[in-house]
Amino acid sequence: MTDILTGVVWLAGSVFALLAAVGVLRMPDVFTRMQASTKASTLGLGCLLIGAALQMGDFASLIRVVSIGAFVLLTTPVAGHVIARASYFADVPLWKGTLLDERRRDAGPGDSPPNIE
Amino acid sequence: MLEIISHATLVTLGLALLIAFIRLVKGPTLPDRIVAMDLFGVLVVGLIVVLAASSGVRATLDAAFVIALIGFVSTIAYATYVERGDPQ
Repeated sequence: MTDILTGVVWLAGSVFALLAAVGVLRMPDVFTRMQASTKASTLGLGCLLIGAALQMGDFASLIRVVSIGAFVLLTTPVAGHVIARASYFADVPLWKGTLLDERRRDAGPGDSPPNIE
Repeated sequence: MLEIISHATLVTLGLALLIAFIRLVKGPTLPDRIVAMDLFGVLVVGLIVVLAASSGVRATLDAAFVIALIGFVSTIAYATYVERGDPQ
């Protein structure tokens, strides 16, 4: 029973990790790539950690697995935010189809979004 | 049974690493490469955790924790560099 659960969770986790990598390869600009990588990889790693905790079962390993999970869950959004902020202020080009850029430098207060038809 | 599944999981994670490596090589800007390296860290942590659980060598979990920690700190450091300088 435990083996079946572990197998299902591991396969799901590895597929989510693969989807994160595919998203990083296929998305059009830095910001969409960043969001694909952070969200899908956190979910994938969470699934892998749940499977490992089911499989190992002793208390010391459980503590380590839970602390790895909590650490990744706390730090991945922060890292994604910092990368996105840094690349925006370093003038990395946005994707052509971007509809709204609320922080663009020539925008005045109460300005309507420019590109929406 | 579980051995086959753990091997399939490891192969899938390796494939994900390979795909992320393509993005690391292609670029085109430095933040793209940082995103790929960040994904590398998470994928390697997953790989080590699955290896530790399937082989029964528990000590490698500590290595996974350290890699997660170093990955976060290096991402923050790279982002600081990007915010100061030229993104190309």
